[in-house]
Amino acid sequence: MAKVRCAWFDFTSCEGCQIEMTNFGAPFLQLLDHVEIVEFREVMKETTDEPIDIAFIEGSFSREEDRARLESIRERAGVVIAFGACAATGGINALKNHMDMDDYKKCVYGDDSNMPHLDTQKAMPISAAIKVDMAINGCPMSRDEFVRIVTQVIHGTEKVYVPSYPVCVECKLRETVCRYEEGDHCLGPIALAGCGAPCPADGIPCEACRGMVVDANQESMEKVLQENGGMSEKRAKDKSRMFTANFRSDA
Amino acid sequence: MTTQNASIKVKHVTRVEGHGNIVVDVKNGTVETCEWRVPEAPRFFEAMVRGRHYSEVARITSRICGICSVGHTLASVKATESALGMTVSKQTDLLRRLLKHGENFDSHIVHVLFLVAPDLLGAPSVFPLLETHPDVVTKAVLLKKLGCDWASLISGRSTHPTKVVPGGFASLPGDAYNPRMAEDELKKLKKMILDAVPMVTDMYEVLLSLAGNIPAFTRETEYVALVDDVEYGLYDGKISCLMPDGARETIEVEDYKSVTNEWVSPLSTAKYTKHNMDSYAACALARINTNYDQLHPEAKKIAEGLGFAVPCFNPYMNSVAQFIEAVHSAYMAVGYIDELLEMGIKDEKPVEPTKFSKGASAVEVPRGLLFHEYAYDEEGLCTEGNCIIPTNQNHANIQLDFDKLVPELLEADKSEAEIELALEMLVRSYDPCISCSTHYLDVTFKK
Repeated sequence: MAKVRCAWFDFTSCEGCQIEMTNFGAPFLQLLDHVEIVEFREVMKETTDEPIDIAFIEGSFSREEDRARLESIRERAGVVIAFGACAATGGINALKNHMDMDDYKKCVYGDDSNMPHLDTQKAMPISAAIKVDMAINGCPMSRDEFVRIVTQVIHGTEKVYVPSYPVCVECKLRETVCRYEEGDHCLGPIALAGCGAPCPADGIPCEACRGMVVDANQESMEKVLQENGGMSEKRAKDKSRMFTANFRSDA
Repeated sequence: MTTQNASIKVKHVTRVEGHGNIVVDVKNGTVETCEWRVPEAPRFFEAMVRGRHYSEVARITSRICGICSVGHTLASVKATESALGMTVSKQTDLLRRLLKHGENFDSHIVHVLFLVAPDLLGAPSVFPLLETHPDVVTKAVLLKKLGCDWASLISGRSTHPTKVVPGGFASLPGDAYNPRMAEDELKKLKKMILDAVPMVTDMYEVLLSLAGNIPAFTRETEYVALVDDVEYGLYDGKISCLMPDGARETIEVEDYKSVTNEWVSPLSTAKYTKHNMDSYAACALARINTNYDQLHPEAKKIAEGLGFAVPCFNPYMNSVAQFIEAVHSAYMAVGYIDELLEMGIKDEKPVEPTKFSKGASAVEVPRGLLFHEYAYDEEGLCTEGNCIIPTNQNHANIQLDFDKLVPELLEADKSEAEIELALEMLVRSYDPCISCSTHYLDVTFKK
């Protein structure tokens, strides 16, 4: 069986999901028995103009000028996978989406903020620019999920299974004490699962880095954050901007 | 005979984190353009932290960079602790120092063995080396995994840590749910590190055999690094500025802006920094030039074996300095684990804020000195933030290296391809981390 030609590309992101590729250890070398890496700027000089079987795209679509590059990757690739939260949902970059552009530019660049080349737009998932076949979600992406999804794609699966239930289910399965029981707060009730709920197990709240479940009851979540999580009304209302700004009813 | 004409345009330099371009134009022996440019998309983190609760800020600013996310997290919680009047325990201090060494080891292994080594072996990337040098690549992969496991054991996750919070740690190392299990986790880590020492020695032999391929270029510059009474400055300390003549100046972290002096260059589109000279370097080379005496004896042996002596003014030697630091970190970690085990691990809750004000911090991340600063209101919500990252501080230094190096290469009659490689290798040697883009300006180049 011919090796699957894979390439990695990056847009507005921290490139942490690509770095996760170097954290497999020895199994990474086994992966190379099945996969040929044909382009990956962060670790290699080689590039390709030939068709690609799987394109992994990290990063949000946050500049109109990036659209052409995304389209050219789409044209060359059989399967496009949104690689990590930024590409899949807009991720942390969308935390500024509700802010006024002049305001956040001035905050960061001060007197230089009116330079014309500083223009940017709302941070969106790459699906706002091109057709995306599937996503490996999370901030950072889950290495276990990467192996599972890529294995299925290599075997010709057209649709991979990803959970549709909230993170609370995974906390119950691994017997993690609820953050609310610990006097904390958590977005677990509306957060899309699939990660295995590592954050509450490590003693911090779930920030919903994989996005929200379908039909998440956001009003009820705000109420829980106030009544059970001790938050002010303002903080409860702003809470879900961190990773899920593009899922909010006001997005 | 000198090279008369050259036109080099490298779009998106490879094997670096983030996006940078090199443009050189030489006509009839005159250098018309010689620039290092950064077209990274701006991400506005300092605007994004406004209004966020102090418990969330490190989780946001960690996402500035996937490679130094441990360093960003540590800088962030330290600045928050300073602003909120939180003094962490001795156990927290030691665990964080152990974690900091883990990050440096991890990142230095990636940089030296995966990103720089292919240049020294004449390969475009690490992948062809799997055929020619399978043993070296396999060991590099295993050492990278050790770095990841080391940092993950303490922080929960080496990319965007979970357990590191303002005031201490959210949970014990590893999967421990009681202090005795945590001690077992630390013993496990100590064994992992000691077991890896022979592989590190093998990598030393490889580096020694390739050291002759490192370009001999020098340019005297100012070096800025942390100095710490406790150890070779990494996790904590004051800012030290070392001049080429050996003169030293020490500055309090709160006064970091008097060192960074950010300015916008008419030549480039990214913010520059400058202190006593037109540029300064903040990198492993700056640290080792500043703190050589505090290196672990085993790391000094490696330095001597590699013929590395301070002060070193060759920026290409930053990769060698990183390797020496990786060895230093491995041995320092063993010492910190012993100290923690001797003290006995306690189940500690993070300390609570005692005030709400403004505070700054400095941490050495693998590629240089990082500053974070935040102010908080009475509800613990962030009102302003500032992050000054090392690549930003090294940018002007890279440009001035280019300015000296290109005429030297032309004089030596180097071909366009050789000049291009030398410039790419120079950029790579700084281990730039361009996605740490909080201060970078975004630009579209018009032809």
